[in-house]
Amino acid sequence: MDEHLKTELRKQGIVATTLQELYNWGRKNSLWPLNFGLACCAIEMIAASMARYDMARFGAEVFRPSPRQADLMIVAGTVTKKMAPQVVRLYNQMAEPKYVISMGACAISGGPFKQGYNVLKGIDRYIPVDVYIPGCPPRPEALIDALMTLQKLIDKQSLTGADRPRHLQAEAPSEFIVPRFGAHDLEPPQNPEVWDAPLVNISLAGTDDAGKH
Amino acid sequence: MTNSPYFPVLVLLAAGVGFAIAPLALAWIWAWKFSPRKPGPSKNAIYECGLESAGDAWIQFHPGYYLYAIIFLVFDIEAVFLLPFAVAFAGLTFAAGMAMLVFLLLLVEGLVWAYQKQVLVWS
Ligand code: SF4
Repeated sequence: MDEHLKTELRKQGIVATTLQELYNWGRKNSLWPLNFGLACCAIEMIAASMARYDMARFGAEVFRPSPRQADLMIVAGTVTKKMAPQVVRLYNQMAEPKYVISMGACAISGGPFKQGYNVLKGIDRYIPVDVYIPGCPPRPEALIDALMTLQKLIDKQSLTGADRPRHLQAEAPSEFIVPRFGAHDLEPPQNPEVWDAPLVNISLAGTDDAGKH
Repeated sequence: MTNSPYFPVLVLLAAGVGFAIAPLALAWIWAWKFSPRKPGPSKNAIYECGLESAGDAWIQFHPGYYLYAIIFLVFDIEAVFLLPFAVAFAGLTFAAGMAMLVFLLLLVEGLVWAYQKQVLVWS
C-alpha cells in the first residue's frame, strides 16, 4: 500500500495495515530477553532494565529465566571457553524467532581478554549475532540503542518471499553446533556456517599469532 | 431456552472457552501457514539450564526424615492428648481409661522402637 495514502488515511482516523506489519509490530514490541549475564557488562544490562533507564518502555523488561520463553539473547560479558557450549545450547533451546545482541567488547571479540587462552574470541563464532554494541562496558543507553536497532531490523523483515527471515524458512537451521571441550580448544573452534574468518592483512604474519586463534 | 435463568451462564461459558481457544487456534493456523516447525535435540531436551543432564533420574534418596517424624509424633501427640486426659481424669469411665492406656502403649511402642534403633543416642 502506498505510504502517502496511508498517512493521509491515518490523519482521517483510519488505520490501514497489513498482516506483516501487525506481526512485526507485535514481535518488535515484546522482545523478552533471556535472563543471564556473563560478566561486568551484565551489570549495565541490569541497570538498563531498572527504573532509571527503564527498558520496559520498549517492551523488553520481562527477563525470562527459561530459554523456552525468551526471544532475545543479550550476550553480556566475557564468554569463556568453559561457558561457550552452555551459551550455544541455551540459544538452541530458544524458540524461533530469536535474536542475539552481542554486548560489549568481550562478547564481540574477547575484548581485554582477547589474548587469554580461556576466552572465546567472540560469540559470533558459534551463533548468528544481529546487533553488536561496542564498549567496555557499553552504557545502558547503548543497550537501549541496540534494542531499538533490533526493533528496526524486525520491522523490515518480510513475511513471505525469498528474503524472509530465517525462522520462516523451513530449510534454515534453528540449532547450531554446540562446541565440545577438546584437548586444547573447543571443537570445532568456530562454526563455519555462521562465521567467516575476516580477511586481514597482518604485516606481522609469522611473528605474531594474535587473531589466529 | 432464552428464558432460562442459566442462559447467561451458558453464554459466558461459551465466550470463556472461545477466549481460551481462539488464540491457540490462531497461533496454530499461523504456524501452519507461515512458521515451519524446527525441533532439534537441544530444543527438545528436558533440562533447560544450558548444561546437559547427567546420570539417571531414578536414584534412591535415603528417607532419614521418617525417624524425626515418628519421634515428633510420639512426643507431640502424647503431650496434646495427655493434658486433656489429665484434666478430665477424675470424671472418666473405666473404658475411657483403658482406651487411653492402649493409646499410650502404642506411643510407647514407637519410643521403644526408636530406642532400639539407637535414634535417641546423642553422638
Ligand atoms: S566488555 Fe568490558 S565490561 Fe564488558 S564484560 Fe568485557 S571486560 Fe567486562
